[in-house]
Amino acid sequence: MSLTPNDVARIALLSRIELSPAEAETTRGQLIGILGFIEQLQAVDTTGIEPLAHAVDVVQRLRPDQVTESDRREAFQALAPDVENGLYLVPKVIE
Amino acid sequence: MINASLKQLAAALAEKRISAVELATLFLDRIERLNPALNAFITIDREKTLAQARAVDVSGKLGAGDTAQRSLLAGIPLAHKDIFCTEGWRTTCGSKMLANFVSPYDAHVVEKLAAAGMVTLGKLNMDEFAMGSSNETSYFGAVKNPWDRARVPGGSSGGSAAAIAARLAPAVTGTDTGGSIRQPAALCGLTGLKPTYGVVSRYGMIAFASSLDQAGPMAKSAEDCALLLTAMAGFDSRDSTSLERPAEDYSRELEKPLSGLKIGLPKEFFGEGMEPDVRAAVDAALAEYRKLGATTVEVSLPNSALSVPAYYVIAPAEASSNLSRFDGVRYGYRAPEYSDLADMYSKTRAQGFGAEVKRRILIGSYVLSHGYYDAYYLQAQKIRRLIAADFSAAFGECDVIMGPTAPSVAFAFGAKSADPVQMYLSDIYTISTNLAGLPGMSLPCGFGQGGLPVGLQIIGRWFDEARMLNAAHQYQRVTDWHTRLPEGVQ
Repeated sequence: MSLTPNDVARIALLSRIELSPAEAETTRGQLIGILGFIEQLQAVDTTGIEPLAHAVDVVQRLRPDQVTESDRREAFQALAPDVENGLYLVPKVIE
Repeated sequence: MINASLKQLAAALAEKRISAVELATLFLDRIERLNPALNAFITIDREKTLAQARAVDVSGKLGAGDTAQRSLLAGIPLAHKDIFCTEGWRTTCGSKMLANFVSPYDAHVVEKLAAAGMVTLGKLNMDEFAMGSSNETSYFGAVKNPWDRARVPGGSSGGSAAAIAARLAPAVTGTDTGGSIRQPAALCGLTGLKPTYGVVSRYGMIAFASSLDQAGPMAKSAEDCALLLTAMAGFDSRDSTSLERPAEDYSRELEKPLSGLKIGLPKEFFGEGMEPDVRAAVDAALAEYRKLGATTVEVSLPNSALSVPAYYVIAPAEASSNLSRFDGVRYGYRAPEYSDLADMYSKTRAQGFGAEVKRRILIGSYVLSHGYYDAYYLQAQKIRRLIAADFSAAFGECDVIMGPTAPSVAFAFGAKSADPVQMYLSDIYTISTNLAGLPGMSLPCGFGQGGLPVGLQIIGRWFDEARMLNAAHQYQRVTDWHTRLPEGVQ
């Protein structure tokens, strides 16, 4: 199992997790260890086997199209790092 | 009082020998005295607890209708793993990301147990986002094992397990994604049960791997777990995988004799890997079961060696998706400095998550990414089907499966934390039941090296919790392992 520093940078970007250069190198070693361990799955012949996403078969339920939630905007927004006028604030995205 | 069963506590409350406030105070005082050395609790709030207890004292729920189990639990204190959203309580999931998150709502489990009149004692320490087998990944510091404070309590429900072992609470909740109820129950010498997937609602339980996560009770005995599970289980439309099934009384089969019970012993669980002291205790427990009239038969779970690697594809994949919600926008931690939105996300997540959580998110992103999805994720899901099929075949020859819960007794802090794969392998006997969605439990069956507890695992057929609890209870009637206390816990 090989994993280049570039691969680690790509996975970190996909995960939106910043890694310092030192962290990236330690992480690379650990990921190689873990991926090497899960590599053994490749040797199993699974021809004709259907993937199992959920152990118990469940069908998505339907419910009447009614409002079931009460308005709790204030309680929820009280938890946010930054809000104004009922809106969540983030750094400017569009110039 | 601290060693009393839930039924005995209920009787004391019903007969007014003690009030809910007095009982809560007794445990709060113990927490104050013993918790600093154990670190089992993240949050306690005496005022909130006592207010809830006072309300129960005047509610008329105490002693009302002793045949209905839900009122039987009224006035009995319990503590929740800090993964359960608890309205008005800080709910951290063991993470810096949620260190200041005060939940605006209750998890279904919290709601149900409060409706039964149980009094919340506080929130219990855990591995960060339930990712760990030793409690060493908690942002709030590791929990110490009450049997030996130089050793781990197991994880991820390590605070839950330590709280029962040290008698800081008569009942606690836990969650189990790959063994997080059963392994700490084994390492701390108590009884814990992970129900069949879908029996207990996941609503308000902070998600780790949604197709595997399941909540369950941890307590001193199977009898107590049966009462708690009866109160916790039930359909909830807010969890899309909650099962619509008739309500069950999980205590109904406790007193059934075990004659004729067929116990399957998977040969893969009794091979190398299990420490000799664990083997000796498990073998002695099986001999006890034979004395109780059960028979044992060898069965095989040929793909069980693949369960840990399959789990470490599926669980991180689901975790990477679930944990994408922690972005510093709507709740939780936000990095103090950043240059733009993307930078805010990646700095927030870099600073808010601990090392193990980051590793699992990275692995999850990798196995789900373009070009690797089929090779890793789909392949793991196919193997998951093989593992579930192994159990179906084995249950053709037996009623329950038994074996060790963990390969060794509690290990020392730091013993496995440097090598993630070694840590993952401490769940080798528990992970396959999560992949198959089966119920599993652990109960104390003796002591191994260093006088540390050993756990016996019972795995049941889908929805066979009552039978497993029956098997555990009958064993606990003739043994006293579950009543032993660590030194210094009085």
